[in-house]
Amino acid sequence: MVLLIQYTLIFASVLILVALGGCFSEHSGVINIGLEGIMVMGALGGALMMKFLPAGTPAPVIILAVVVAAMGLGLVYSLLLAVAAINFKADQTLVGTAMNLLGTAAATVFVKAMNTAENVNNVSSTIQYIEPKKAFIVNIAGFEFNWFMLLAVIALVLAYVTLYKTRFGLRLCACGEHPQAADSVGINVYKMRYAGVLISGVLGGLGGIVYITAGVSEWKFENGVAGFGFLALAVMIFGQWKPTRIALAALVFGLFRALGNVYTGFDFLAALNLPSGVYNMLPYIISLVILAFTSGKSRAPKAEGIPYDKGQR
Amino acid sequence: MKQGKKSGSIWKNKGVQSLTASLLCILIGLLVGYIVLLIINPAGATEAIKTIVENFLYYPSAAARLKYLGNTLVKTVPLIMCSLSILFAYKVGLFNIGAAGQYVVGAGASLYCALALGMPWYVCLIAAIVAGCVLGGISGALKAYCNVNEVISCIMLNWISLYAVNMLLAGVKEVASPYTLTLASTNKDAILPSLGLGQFFSNNQYVTIAIPLAVIISIVVWVVLEKTMFGYELKATGFNKFAAKYCGMKEKRNIILTMVIAGGLAAMGAGMFYLTGFEQWQTTASAVPAMGFNGIAAAFLGGLNPIGAIFSSYFIQHITNGGAYVDKTMYSAQIADFISALIIYLCGFVLFFKSFMDKRADRKAEAKALAAKRAAENGEGGDK
Repeated sequence: MVLLIQYTLIFASVLILVALGGCFSEHSGVINIGLEGIMVMGALGGALMMKFLPAGTPAPVIILAVVVAAMGLGLVYSLLLAVAAINFKADQTLVGTAMNLLGTAAATVFVKAMNTAENVNNVSSTIQYIEPKKAFIVNIAGFEFNWFMLLAVIALVLAYVTLYKTRFGLRLCACGEHPQAADSVGINVYKMRYAGVLISGVLGGLGGIVYITAGVSEWKFENGVAGFGFLALAVMIFGQWKPTRIALAALVFGLFRALGNVYTGFDFLAALNLPSGVYNMLPYIISLVILAFTSGKSRAPKAEGIPYDKGQR
Repeated sequence: MKQGKKSGSIWKNKGVQSLTASLLCILIGLLVGYIVLLIINPAGATEAIKTIVENFLYYPSAAARLKYLGNTLVKTVPLIMCSLSILFAYKVGLFNIGAAGQYVVGAGASLYCALALGMPWYVCLIAAIVAGCVLGGISGALKAYCNVNEVISCIMLNWISLYAVNMLLAGVKEVASPYTLTLASTNKDAILPSLGLGQFFSNNQYVTIAIPLAVIISIVVWVVLEKTMFGYELKATGFNKFAAKYCGMKEKRNIILTMVIAGGLAAMGAGMFYLTGFEQWQTTASAVPAMGFNGIAAAFLGGLNPIGAIFSSYFIQHITNGGAYVDKTMYSAQIADFISALIIYLCGFVLFFKSFMDKRADRKAEAKALAAKRAAENGEGGDK
């Protein structure tokens, strides 16, 4: 049971971070389907940092360095979307999809090249981080508290305050609802959209590193992040683009995702003797069903997905 | 002046623009790929990019080249079908990222019918199409009735179908490996007939009627989209759902029907590939096959034209196969995936390329017209 709570919380943290990222981007008016790719890049940045930090680095330094690396790479990678969608008015769905494919392919190529450079016979795309990973975990009576959980809560509070209580956040939302009106009162729509996308890059990258350190100590980059970025998008839609609701939705989805990891620990679930595939499918099925019921009265930002053209009023 | 007008009209021609934009995407994609190879290991980069572009030409003997050309074509077939699926939906304003999942269920249904039920090939193929239609229909119905974004529902269905097919086919896998039984050993009737086509490719037994069939279907899709009222209605729905409804079109039915057809196309592609016996399904697969996603690249690279899709699919498959030949001690085969992902990304800029060409052509035409006008004025002045 403790294990279930632990996994639920850590997966929920990932979903909160990434869904909030999507939330910022969409409130500024840019659909970010590329969150999956951004997660992979953030994961890569964090994993590389863990691999190359010298052994014996104090834990707080490790945490800080890994978080900064993941956020930084996520930010840089999200520039790809920002430039294409904002300056070149590209189809946002297409570019996002390309970023997902590109993220996984680039990470695989990079990690494989790095591994073969170290050892000619090593053609895997796996990075190991058994030792540095311990820095993130504090064991409290059998419950492995992860610092990332705290980070997710901080991000949640910050996102809520930023979006609803600051001038910046309200302007950001205005650009996603009615960019022409925002522009007419002197808000620079392009800048705001850049801000939205880059924030989503930072949060998505952080989500990526949290995801690959949840429960495992090595990651095979060929697999990307197995659709978790899209699950986060579902959480965002289910949460109606509102931070507090996103947090609740993330907990629900996190629970179902966690079940897949720990179902063997429950006698009644193990007794059902279902193949593991069923548990793997579960979060996706649930999200599909929930989406079917909640999308009808969608509160999506009105202007999302439409490139802003200053000349069109 | 006449020449000037002509050159202007060439650059304004939509076909020329699409072709130029696609070629530009390919060139930039390959160039960036080359730079990445240079960064990884400068020693073999030129050799590697050559290998990727050459693919089967890498073999010295003509017979081997033909055989491997056949193999590339066999793998091009499902890609053509996936790209048709995506472009068909895109013309109706839907982004069918679920082609990957529809491809998966197509593979699952056809292999299950072939291996577990011992059906002949045409039944297996129909089973694949039906499975894909159902899956596409689910996304379409969710979009039409529940307002669920088709991209999200398709992604969810991709993963659901991957795990479901893995479970389904686990019953017909080889004892010692995670791969499904071979068609040749279990059910020869399920292999697509070759009609002697294999002879042209150094007796490549995997070359079947699937290849001409894919070309025929591309043409059919083109005719349906461009020359029929049905296609026109679908496109009108995609352009403006509300206007279509106002005109008396059944917009919900059109959305669902589009996804059904798109799903059927992608799944049929899977059937046309797995029923050749070229590859077995890996029941422990932990990632959705890249075929459906590469279909996006092929569809956009082909300028969203069914006939263009044939060529662009071939190109994407050509470099993907070529990627398998690069020197593994230096590079990984995924460099080809990397290049095709780059090409998809660049396809996002096609609109920009096109408007750039438009502007250039306009400016040139304007300058020419102005010059001509001046010349005429001067001429007139001279006459007087």
